[in-house]
Amino acid sequence: MNVVRFMFENRAQVFDLTLEHLWLVGLSTAFAMLIGIPLGILIAHRPRLNRPVLAGANVIQTIPSLALFGFLLPVPWIGDRSGRLAVLALTLYALLPIIRNTYTGICGVDPAVVEAGRGMGLTESQLLFRVELPLAMSVILSGVRIAIVISVGVATIAAAIGAGGLGEFIFRGLAMVDNRVIFAGAIPAAILALIADLGVGWAERRLRVR
Amino acid sequence: MPQEPVIEFQNVSFVIGKTQVLSCVSLQVSRGETLALLGRSGSGKTTTLKLINRLVGPTSGEVLVNGKPNRDADVIRLRRGMGYVIQDVGLFPHFTVAKNIGLVPEIEGWNAERIRRRVQELLKLVGLGDEMAVRYPHQLSGGQRQRVGVARALAADPEILLMDEPFGALDPLTRDELQREFLRLQQRLNKTVVFVTHDLREALRLGSRIALMEAGNLVTVQTPEEFLKSSDPWASAYVRAFGDGLVSATQRGEP
Repeated sequence: MNVVRFMFENRAQVFDLTLEHLWLVGLSTAFAMLIGIPLGILIAHRPRLNRPVLAGANVIQTIPSLALFGFLLPVPWIGDRSGRLAVLALTLYALLPIIRNTYTGICGVDPAVVEAGRGMGLTESQLLFRVELPLAMSVILSGVRIAIVISVGVATIAAAIGAGGLGEFIFRGLAMVDNRVIFAGAIPAAILALIADLGVGWAERRLRVR
Repeated sequence: MPQEPVIEFQNVSFVIGKTQVLSCVSLQVSRGETLALLGRSGSGKTTTLKLINRLVGPTSGEVLVNGKPNRDADVIRLRRGMGYVIQDVGLFPHFTVAKNIGLVPEIEGWNAERIRRRVQELLKLVGLGDEMAVRYPHQLSGGQRQRVGVARALAADPEILLMDEPFGALDPLTRDELQREFLRLQQRLNKTVVFVTHDLREALRLGSRIALMEAGNLVTVQTPEEFLKSSDPWASAYVRAFGDGLVSATQRGEP
């Protein structure tokens, strides 16, 4: 009950940090989709590129998050503001699941459907936007869902470089050896992850094609 | 009266890697005829079909459609002028039957009312009820799906119809039914049709001429009656393999 009371007493700050957290996750996921979906489409159509691109995204994924924040610190412009840095790092982390699922989704479209479409005289872009992307959408969204859930967790570490978010409570609680403060950050983060998971999961099921 | 062929192959070869898929095929298809490309798997018949709508391009030689080399043609326009039906049908699973049939008219810029009427007309033509329009492909039987595939190919009223084993995946009864309807349809529409099959019976029944292919070569092109009496070793091997009762197939089992 202490945790609840603590959160209630500090509700303004819980609210602000949650918003900040959402901002970090939302912005980075949006960037990752903007980069990752076109990249995934590209490597699905150019098989020669798929190994290097997926390997690159894989390597980024293996860098420990704290180290990645550190690496990016000296980068000009990016390093000037901790917010920018956090968004960039989170974007990089979110790339792999989005690229991979876009690639898998597009490659999973029945070749007969693509051939029929091409044979009917659809242009490559009509084929992409009317056939391939709609049919791959639920697989792509499941990649986005994984990316968001990972980002919600990793974003807590952004507080270590002063980028704010719910990690502020967690780091402060660790320093103060006060579990109430740690939970005040961890609980809203867990709820955010759950809501995103359920919400995108729902959209994913809606868009699934039999 | 000699007529300019609608489709013409001039010494067409197709090589992929080191495999000679087609060697020096020359062939003419005239307006309103139904040419059956007969052959076993790997004989190059599907490749021949795909050369017509340029899903593949020849390594050498020329494919002409209406007298014009199709390598110079706008490939999108070329394909929209030909209906294409494949064995796996390839209906768009996220579209209703109506949307599947109406897709090419839609991207050709027809208005909604005209598309709706055309879809209705085509459903009737291929023997499906109006209520099918709102269904999705997974709610149809194999035969119904293939009918929708044919309707979709006919949507923008193309002059040429290309069919790759269109009835191959169907059970014998449904296949028989669809073959009959194809004959009935062809009598009415009089399209220029090229279809691929490995079934001699189907070739005899539907084709006005049969082009026999073997290992990338065009062995012979004959009418069904000629084919049955042919002295060509490959043709007679085919006739032997299919056994008795072939003559009745050429009678086309009154549609």
